[in-house]
Amino acid sequence: MASLELRNLNKRYASGAPDTLKDIELKIDSGEFLILVGPSGCGKSTLMNCIAGLEAITGGQILIDGQDVAGTGPKDRDIAMVFQSYALYPTMTVRDNIAFGLKMRKVPQATIDEEVARVARLLQIEHLLERKPAQLSGGQQQRVAMGRALARRPKIYLFDEPLSNLDAKLRVEMRTEIKLMHQRLKTTTVYVTHDQIEAMTLGDKVAVMKDGVIQQFASPRGIYNDPANLFVASFIGSPPMNFVPVRPRRQGAQWLAALDSGQARCELPLELAGDETLDGRELLLGIRPEQIGIAGSHSLPTVLAEVKVTEPTGPDTLAFVELNDTKVCCRLPPEIDPRVGEVLALQFDPARVLLFDAGSGERIALGPARSNGSAKKVSRLHPR
Amino acid sequence: MSDVSVAQRRSSDVLLPPGEGGAKRRMRAMSLSRLAIHATLILACALYLVPLVVMLLTSFKTPEDIRTGNLLSWPEAFTLIGWIKAWGVVGSYFWNSVMIVVPAVLISTVMGALNGYVLSMWRFRGSQLFFGLLLFGCFLPFQVILLPASFTLGKLGLANTTTGLVLVHVVYGLAFTTLFFRNFYVSVPEALVRAARLDGAGFFTIFGRILLPMSIPTIMVCLIWQFTQIWNDFLFGVVFASGDTQPITVALNNLVNTSTGIKEYNVDMAAAMIAGLPTLVVYVLAGKYFLRGLTSGAVKG
Amino acid sequence: MSSVAVFSPKASHGRSTDWLQAWLPKLVLAPSVVIVLVGFYAYILWTLLLSFTNSRFMPSYKWVGLAQYMRLMENDRWWVASQNLLVFGGLFIAISLCLGVLLAVLLDQRIRAEGAIRTIYLYPMALSMIVTGTAWQWLLNPGLGLDKLLRDWGWEGFRFDWLVDPDRVVYCLVMAAVWQASGFVMALFLAGLRGVDPSIVRAAQVDGASLPTIYLRIVLPSLRPVFFSSLMILAHIAIKSFDLVAAMTAGGPGYASDLPAMFMYTHTFTRGQMGLGAASAMLMLGAVLAILVPYLYSELRTKRHE
Repeated sequence: MASLELRNLNKRYASGAPDTLKDIELKIDSGEFLILVGPSGCGKSTLMNCIAGLEAITGGQILIDGQDVAGTGPKDRDIAMVFQSYALYPTMTVRDNIAFGLKMRKVPQATIDEEVARVARLLQIEHLLERKPAQLSGGQQQRVAMGRALARRPKIYLFDEPLSNLDAKLRVEMRTEIKLMHQRLKTTTVYVTHDQIEAMTLGDKVAVMKDGVIQQFASPRGIYNDPANLFVASFIGSPPMNFVPVRPRRQGAQWLAALDSGQARCELPLELAGDETLDGRELLLGIRPEQIGIAGSHSLPTVLAEVKVTEPTGPDTLAFVELNDTKVCCRLPPEIDPRVGEVLALQFDPARVLLFDAGSGERIALGPARSNGSAKKVSRLHPR
Repeated sequence: MSDVSVAQRRSSDVLLPPGEGGAKRRMRAMSLSRLAIHATLILACALYLVPLVVMLLTSFKTPEDIRTGNLLSWPEAFTLIGWIKAWGVVGSYFWNSVMIVVPAVLISTVMGALNGYVLSMWRFRGSQLFFGLLLFGCFLPFQVILLPASFTLGKLGLANTTTGLVLVHVVYGLAFTTLFFRNFYVSVPEALVRAARLDGAGFFTIFGRILLPMSIPTIMVCLIWQFTQIWNDFLFGVVFASGDTQPITVALNNLVNTSTGIKEYNVDMAAAMIAGLPTLVVYVLAGKYFLRGLTSGAVKG
Repeated sequence: MSSVAVFSPKASHGRSTDWLQAWLPKLVLAPSVVIVLVGFYAYILWTLLLSFTNSRFMPSYKWVGLAQYMRLMENDRWWVASQNLLVFGGLFIAISLCLGVLLAVLLDQRIRAEGAIRTIYLYPMALSMIVTGTAWQWLLNPGLGLDKLLRDWGWEGFRFDWLVDPDRVVYCLVMAAVWQASGFVMALFLAGLRGVDPSIVRAAQVDGASLPTIYLRIVLPSLRPVFFSSLMILAHIAIKSFDLVAAMTAGGPGYASDLPAMFMYTHTFTRGQMGLGAASAMLMLGAVLAILVPYLYSELRTKRHE
């Protein structure tokens, strides 16, 4: 296994065209699992193709084990890839599909047989070896595609949305299996997905991308709890984070944000370390649905709000209320089953909410402990 | 008129008729309309078959029989004399056609397959433009290239040779063969080629080991299309060949349209059958691919 | 992972192989590029050049401007050929389309022997136009052909001599060409009909439309692309028609059944009027372009709109 580092990587399709990838900086150690996540068209698949050598880059370096491979072809990079469509060779049997890469590398036949057997055992596809891809189910094809990558024992594995063609149930199963496999084999892996659950569950590191730029590169927990900006905060999490528009006012030493549910008003104290420029400016208050609960503590401010609609999901009840004319989702325990029109007393910890600039989407730091003086942007977290 | 009756049949699949009597009426109308449709279709079949039947009947008659009987009269006695004479006249040209068709079909198919592969999987700047330029060749009226082509063949010393005809057929068949393969390969996911490149396969390995084995139906379509086109060609044959090197279509035309001597229609028809049989046999054996070639040639790009 | 090194590519794999791999696609395409540029486009220009010269039996490059085109315009035989093309092409296309659509719609009614019937309609397309011409020349033979058949069958006064009638010989060409190509139109439309979403037909039935209405108002209009591509192919066949005339009438009687393709061949290769032939070839190309360009234009436009 090998480490992978991208330095200042740029990709443009034609001169004059906008950058498809801009100043990409990433580094993962040997055996780490990197997730590239973002909406479609964000450049994540292009980035993967650049790492594989299927597309040439226009600037920067791609280092595998410290060696720049930017100028070499895909066959010399020793990378294996699992495609979204699986890309199994339709006229070859499963065995030949798995063996093809080894044959191309002129590995002796005995070794090839051994490898195919090993991989087939690992993925439990031994009974499928003599079949053609068309005779396999989607999940089986997926396993074969992974087997083809595993047999090569490459330096790096690339997964291009490998689970997106599977049905929901199988997707969850395979996700767990990929994780188990990675824990066992400790393979350096780059995994592209647009599914934020896969991003959260599989990765050691997550890079959230948008418009060819990495928005944040951090651990899954870091991305979830400490998003760098509005985009990352809204992209990760399901149901997504609520964003309530507020205009904080300064009252003495305290900052207050008014929340209006139509039934009641509430002044929310914010531990805002900002200066005067924040006074009256429009900010977005970010609260995750699970951070909103039924009032129980006396120390937290309470908001009364009427329930507009409920969605019992089984493990939770999602109740939607309106705060400052914005729909807000509250994730409540399943035994709470409010009627529509019922007024709930809701509470959340002002210390845990996030604040974003409504215009730029940049994060605004909270808490006097974390900053003293002017409000500052939370810098992008680049673990270097 | 037949459409009206069809309406009742179809709607009866969906809507239940109102009453018992209605049902019966409908049933009768339905079977009547079915009858009309079948009768029309069978009549059309007969009309389409008449020329072939006439050709066959005439080819087995004696000239005397032809004068006394009519087109559809049964031969007094089946005789092979027409076929034997016809083979004597056009037999050697039949082999000329074979000598032209086999290499021309093979070469143009191989080139078409490689072109289609490059134009779909290895696009580069200008390759789309080239494809557009090539496509126009499907519509080119060949009259417009006859003169320069014959000068060139003369210069190359290939005028009136089989090789020359093979060359011409390869060149002007390329547009269609490329189109067939290109249209098939654009439907093949590019991820296959990417996967193979990561597996370490090169340009020709990917083509030979992965794409070609998938292309059997397209290869059949292309072979059959080219075979019929080149076998049936007359224009290139009559312009670029003379005497001993002529293909069978030209020989047949010469036989039929000579004004000297008595017309022997049985010989003409037997010769026409000989010229038509190879493509007819291919059509009967592989009609599926023949049709697919025609339609994919029709729905261009 | 002990065997990692075994499968790793050799570092010595040089850049020269990479370079070759990068150029291979272009190298493979190169012969075809040459063929297309020379064999198609340079040759067209060459013919264009010849049409501006007074070449007769041998090519000469004495510039005469538009003189050959002027001669063509004054040439009675060219006008007959062009007129014939209009009549022949118009009838051939119209009849083939109607017949093809009709047969396709009838065949679409879940006919049991559909495969066999389809095979019969389409087989003429596999034959050479020369074979077709030979067969129809015999069928329409005045005296021994259809003429005699119908008289033998009791229609005493029946006369059929269109093949030698200068005013009607072109209709004989139409008959043979329709016989050859209408099955093809049928096949195209049948494929198109099979591609129509059946739920559209169901929806129309629920709306109370009768089947003729459904076909005329909904199904056939949705086959517009098939209609246009059939039209293109048929027009193309008509303009290029040379073999059929050669085999069936050789342009006769006189030059009554001449078509431009026949005119071009005769003047260029047997009458030593190379310049005139080149000019007529260019006009044929013009005719093809006049049909092709609007077709492609509308194709591209609709594709962009989708």
